[in-house]
Amino acid sequence: MNVTIGQYYPVDSIIHNLDSRSKIMATMLYIIGLFTAKGIIGYTLAIIILAVAIYLSNVPFRLMLGGLKGILIIIIFTVVLNLLFTRQGDVIFSLGIIKITDYGALLSLKMAVRLILLIVASSVMTLTTSPIELTVGMEYLLKPFKRIGVPAHEISMMMSIALRFIPTLIEELDKIKKAQMARGADFDGGKLTDRAKSLLPLLVPLFVSSFRRAVELATAMEARCYRGDINRTRMNEPVLKRNDYITFSIYGGFVIVTLLLRLIWGL
Amino acid sequence: MDFINSQNLIYEYTVYNEEKGESQPFRALNGINLTVPEGQFIAVLGHNGSGKSTFAKHINALITPTDGVIYVNGMDTADESKLWDIRQSAGMVFQNPDNQIIATIVEEDVAFGPENLGIPSQEIRKRVDFALKTVSMEEFRRSAPSLLSGGQKQRIAIAGVLAMKPRCIVLDEPTAMLDPAGRREVIDTVMQLNRQEGITIVLITHYMEEAALADRVVVMEKGRIVMDDSPEKVFSQVEKMKSLHLDVPQATELMYALNKRGFNLNGNVLTIDEAVNELLSHGFKGDMNDIDLPRNEQHHKSGETIIEVRRLTHIYGKKSAFEKTALYNVNIKINKGEFIGLIGHTGSGKSTLIQHLNGLIKPDSGQVLVNGTDINAVRGSLKNLRQKVGLVFQYPEYQLFESTIYRDVAFGPKNMGLSEDEIDRRVRSALKLVGMGEEYYEKSPFELSGGQKRRVAIAGVLAMEPEVLILDEPAAGLDPYGRDEILSSIQSMHKKLGITVILVSHSMEDISRLADRILVMNRGSVDMFDTVKDVFKRSKHLNEIGLAAPQISVIMDKLCDKGIMLPCDVYTVDEAVDILSLILR
Repeated sequence: MNVTIGQYYPVDSIIHNLDSRSKIMATMLYIIGLFTAKGIIGYTLAIIILAVAIYLSNVPFRLMLGGLKGILIIIIFTVVLNLLFTRQGDVIFSLGIIKITDYGALLSLKMAVRLILLIVASSVMTLTTSPIELTVGMEYLLKPFKRIGVPAHEISMMMSIALRFIPTLIEELDKIKKAQMARGADFDGGKLTDRAKSLLPLLVPLFVSSFRRAVELATAMEARCYRGDINRTRMNEPVLKRNDYITFSIYGGFVIVTLLLRLIWGL
Repeated sequence: MDFINSQNLIYEYTVYNEEKGESQPFRALNGINLTVPEGQFIAVLGHNGSGKSTFAKHINALITPTDGVIYVNGMDTADESKLWDIRQSAGMVFQNPDNQIIATIVEEDVAFGPENLGIPSQEIRKRVDFALKTVSMEEFRRSAPSLLSGGQKQRIAIAGVLAMKPRCIVLDEPTAMLDPAGRREVIDTVMQLNRQEGITIVLITHYMEEAALADRVVVMEKGRIVMDDSPEKVFSQVEKMKSLHLDVPQATELMYALNKRGFNLNGNVLTIDEAVNELLSHGFKGDMNDIDLPRNEQHHKSGETIIEVRRLTHIYGKKSAFEKTALYNVNIKINKGEFIGLIGHTGSGKSTLIQHLNGLIKPDSGQVLVNGTDINAVRGSLKNLRQKVGLVFQYPEYQLFESTIYRDVAFGPKNMGLSEDEIDRRVRSALKLVGMGEEYYEKSPFELSGGQKRRVAIAGVLAMEPEVLILDEPAAGLDPYGRDEILSSIQSMHKKLGITVILVSHSMEDISRLADRILVMNRGSVDMFDTVKDVFKRSKHLNEIGLAAPQISVIMDKLCDKGIMLPCDVYTVDEAVDILSLILR
């Protein structure tokens, strides 16, 4: 069975080949930049940078917009709230108690653009980085925080085991479902309460087998000398290359520019 | 040098005794003395609960002795400072391939062991490449493990151990969950590691033909070693092996049975060819024309048709890149009361076919008729059909979910909407059929042993009182004792209730004992559908499509090829003994 996890789009591109750490960092810098940017120059820069990244990623543009579907409601909600409740500026439209000001219109437009860019930017990251690469990237980025008790390695190990077992468990669920159907179970019809109850014959065996798997996997890991993050190395030690430094400079530069624009010229 | 040296090894754990209401120590290992020289291939036999796995875990220091001592590669496993050295030098492969693969990419998984050992990246890369090459899996190095076959997954698990550069590999029933092709892959790999790389092998198995390949066989019973010798010497003690609920290869059994009839054959025979050679060198009577050979003719039961499949075709993933024809133009007629054996290698369409028979999968074209009615033309729910055709899936114990055995078995009848009294009657009679007494009714199904769980799960389908019972590999993963128990209860069910049984199995020996007719599937089509005799006498053809006839059939077939005039459609040991004892000199 072929189950795709996350939205990774496996093609070859400059962006795909970047280290996952740079992509995570770049996305974070980009978001910071977005929120420091105030005026038209900042936003234009943000759009250009993102457009270049999308162009280089070899991923169809419609997939990038896919992420927007889920939060369309939030965008509309933010826009409407900003339109209705901003009292600053000159009124450009009024109907009864509803008053829309030019400042409010601009603010809601900015908000919408900001949210859209934010979502599309994180889509670029998840579409070009496999879940497992993201996990590794997170582990390395969290490493400095180990001293204050962040279990970086453990988090990453848990995530990668979860990713590894998703297809296995889906397959298992399918088998259990068929076995219970052969015993006359009905998973489609009925009221909501009946349907919730009918899930019991599926979920109990699935949980029982997950625990069994967990015990066996733990034993197998111990047998292969796993002892947590002690004296561990990696076969594919992630290495930062030239493109990673370039990415870092561009996104770092973006934050600095927006910051300067805001602080010095108030734009 | 002795790689493993265990002296008076004892391991105890506490179990809670419900009747007495107190915890008691249970001795899983009771004084094991065993030395294994470096480079030896040793097989460990014994039924479930004999202490095999507990002993295996001692070699890897996953558990340490309660008393006595075990040295691995000269290191005392109780010495915690040596723990990682021990686990590195004696690697371990487990039964379930899915539950020992950690990473989402094959090569990352193989790298897991060396990564834990803190080996530099370039060295890991070299070791991973070497390990994957050794198990012939290098072309799959970037694949996702979930897309591989069982045999391939086990080879990855072996590669994962190999990358740690061990001097010994302990394999705990590595083939129990695999089909014959996968078993062969794994055993070939293990043999190669032993012969070419000189790695010490400890193989725990229930398959006697695997044990027969070892240098030495150790048999365990109740935490003790009861036999320890060469495979020939161990298996030739047929009576003793049977009393321990273990199998012997059919070739060995044949020699033993003939010797009991007064012949003087070499009993240390393990393989088909050895048996054929031994029989030929003993010699046959010159003139065999006068001898009246016993013949028991088989007729297939004629009668009412209960299941008919007409021109059935099924395609998975239609119009996608993964399109695959699972069944093509299948035509079958099965009569009421027949016992059908269904065989075919993995991917031959067996599972797809049986799921059509109770409507879990719908045909792309063609019809499935049960009692003359097209099941897919019936409007509404298929519940009625599913109570007529009961389907027991592979590892059915994984479907148990209720708090008590009684309630779990009642699940099917309840779904059928029967009255309380009727449900009660059916639950009781179903549990009786599988040999589970009233004392079990209120127990949790999760407290039972593997074989018992499976019988309860089968009772859950039986309680629906189906007219046709389909079982997919009901004995998979059980030890010979558990297997015999399950199969004999299926056999008695068939006789007592007169229900039609379709048994899917990889074991030709099991099928040959039970079935009236055999349905052979190959590449989604019916290859043969004939009496057991007529199917097994084509042992060469079976071999060509990746199946193996029972050892006895092959032995008789080979004797026929050598010009010995005997019926070549014999497939049980008893029958072969009857015939051979008449014509052997």
